[in-house]
Amino acid sequence: MDAIGLVWDWLATHRDIIIIQTVNGIVTGMILALIASGLTLIFGIMDVVNFAHGELFMLGAYVGVVVLAFSGSFWLALVLSTLVVALIGAALQITTLRPLIGRDPLNTILATFGISLVLQNYALWQFGPVPRKLDEPITGQFVLFYLAYPWYRLLIALLSGAIIGGLYLFLKHGTYGIWIRATTQDRVMAQAMGIPVPWVYTGVFAIGAGMAAASGVLFGPLIGINHAMGLDWVLKAFIVVVVGGMGNLGGSIAASIFVSLLEAYAAIVVSPAQAVIVSFVVLILTLLFRPTGLFVPTPK
Amino acid sequence: MSKRSNKSFWIAFSMVSAALIIAPLVLPEFWRRFLTEILIWGLLAMSSDLLIGYTGMVSFGHSAFFGLGMYGAAAALLTVKPANLWLAILYGLCGSAVVAGFVAFFATRLRDIYFAITTLIFSQIFYVIIFTWTDVTGGENGLNFTRPQLGIPGIYTVPFTPELLHWFVLAVVTAAYLILRRITHSPFGMVLQSIRENEARTRAIGYPVERYKIVAVMLSGLFAGLAGVLYAIQNRFAAPDFVYFVVSGEAVIYNVMGGIGTLVGPIVGAGFFLGLRELSGRIFGDQFPYLIPVGLIFIAMVIFLPQGLLGFARRWLNR
Repeated sequence: MDAIGLVWDWLATHRDIIIIQTVNGIVTGMILALIASGLTLIFGIMDVVNFAHGELFMLGAYVGVVVLAFSGSFWLALVLSTLVVALIGAALQITTLRPLIGRDPLNTILATFGISLVLQNYALWQFGPVPRKLDEPITGQFVLFYLAYPWYRLLIALLSGAIIGGLYLFLKHGTYGIWIRATTQDRVMAQAMGIPVPWVYTGVFAIGAGMAAASGVLFGPLIGINHAMGLDWVLKAFIVVVVGGMGNLGGSIAASIFVSLLEAYAAIVVSPAQAVIVSFVVLILTLLFRPTGLFVPTPK
Repeated sequence: MSKRSNKSFWIAFSMVSAALIIAPLVLPEFWRRFLTEILIWGLLAMSSDLLIGYTGMVSFGHSAFFGLGMYGAAAALLTVKPANLWLAILYGLCGSAVVAGFVAFFATRLRDIYFAITTLIFSQIFYVIIFTWTDVTGGENGLNFTRPQLGIPGIYTVPFTPELLHWFVLAVVTAAYLILRRITHSPFGMVLQSIRENEARTRAIGYPVERYKIVAVMLSGLFAGLAGVLYAIQNRFAAPDFVYFVVSGEAVIYNVMGGIGTLVGPIVGAGFFLGLRELSGRIFGDQFPYLIPVGLIFIAMVIFLPQGLLGFARRWLNR
């Protein structure tokens, strides 16, 4: 049998799992895109590499658990958690990042790294090392070709897409969105035109934090929630942000789906723990051959 | 450097070394071990200071070098009989040198945060490999081995007593410090500092900046590997936890707390950090995660004390 025949055979025997992994990859990719777009927003506008982004994601999931336990409504948990973590993000920005404006960007990496340590250990202390479970709001399944697939996962992808779309429209048409874009383009000129630049920074950080929290609550039912969950995701989000081109929203969404699909396919062959290496390799290859990002047009 | 400040440096140096030599004889067991540990972590922090403080590249991947030093030592101690201390050091240095060469080749093409993220990703790659390759590395459980004896096997050896171990670590760290100090004061070190100050101009003068950076990362990785070997010998195990990026983060914290670009500062920072950890354990109990108070102090120091303890002390003394 020739090589193509072998590949074809392998594909035929693994058809079910390939279909499942494709859909899984896209769903994970949308969640990742939601995290990464917050990260890339913060980087693109504030020049801050937010090491604490994964912890905001984790914190969002925990706030979701608490609110769900109190109210019993998943959707209320989603909204409240987004708002609470956005407020926490704003407070963090005012207390730690605002004094660092104008200093070497390295200082902001260190400060956000400190924040991530504190938040992570706070969660460990408050909630303990045992993973918490967040219940899915919808338990129904539908038939994908002939395989059962939970509706909820599809809903996550749609909601993530909706939130990112909302962010895009806000940046494009909203007054504050235009302030944000003006600040990105020229900080000094924006300030001269009367835009309160420090508050724009605070707002951007809050939006990014809120998006991380929303993705934490949405993704919570699919994974156990523990204090260390943030790191895996912030690493993936970093990879995606760099692969997609730093500060480029569309690029990071495309890169999220690309990387997640690759990881999902790799998980068919090797264990999921090792599949992570695939995205690391994608990052290194990108940095070597196209350091501006895979999904940005070649600069003229 | 003027002759006078050189003289006062050597006086201070001999006083501190003398204090550290006498320390294990007067300190109780717990604090002796504590001091030895500070020296080892200080060596790791010092090695990353060569990059952070002198070349201006923040590495978040020193745990890979440190961990490979540990596993290299473990490989030598588990495969070669009788256990040979010098072979452990050699294997550890080779392990970290290979990793450092690999990381240096790729990561030095990038600058600033991209360098930081790439080194972080590399250390995670090695973490995943070590964590999942259970047959060779022991996976999550790591590797246990017995401590080798000091001396030349077959000719003359003495078993390590706690005091002897302290002196051995002290000797290695002091030698490493003197070598690093020589490196940073050499023409090579001057080029590194000029890369930190103005990379474009350094390149314009005609220095092959990339090559200098690769050598800097490799040197730094070697010393970090040496710290890993010492830690493995002290604790008689190698575990994947020490390849995890938290160790790299702590190395950066030691630097910032002590004062970057001073070489001594990172050791002071390591002592300060471990002291705070101990203090937090005493005040809040062992169950309370010490990284909450230590992290808050770290954030405050980034904002209010960017020169670190040593820089602050120096400014205060000069006032």
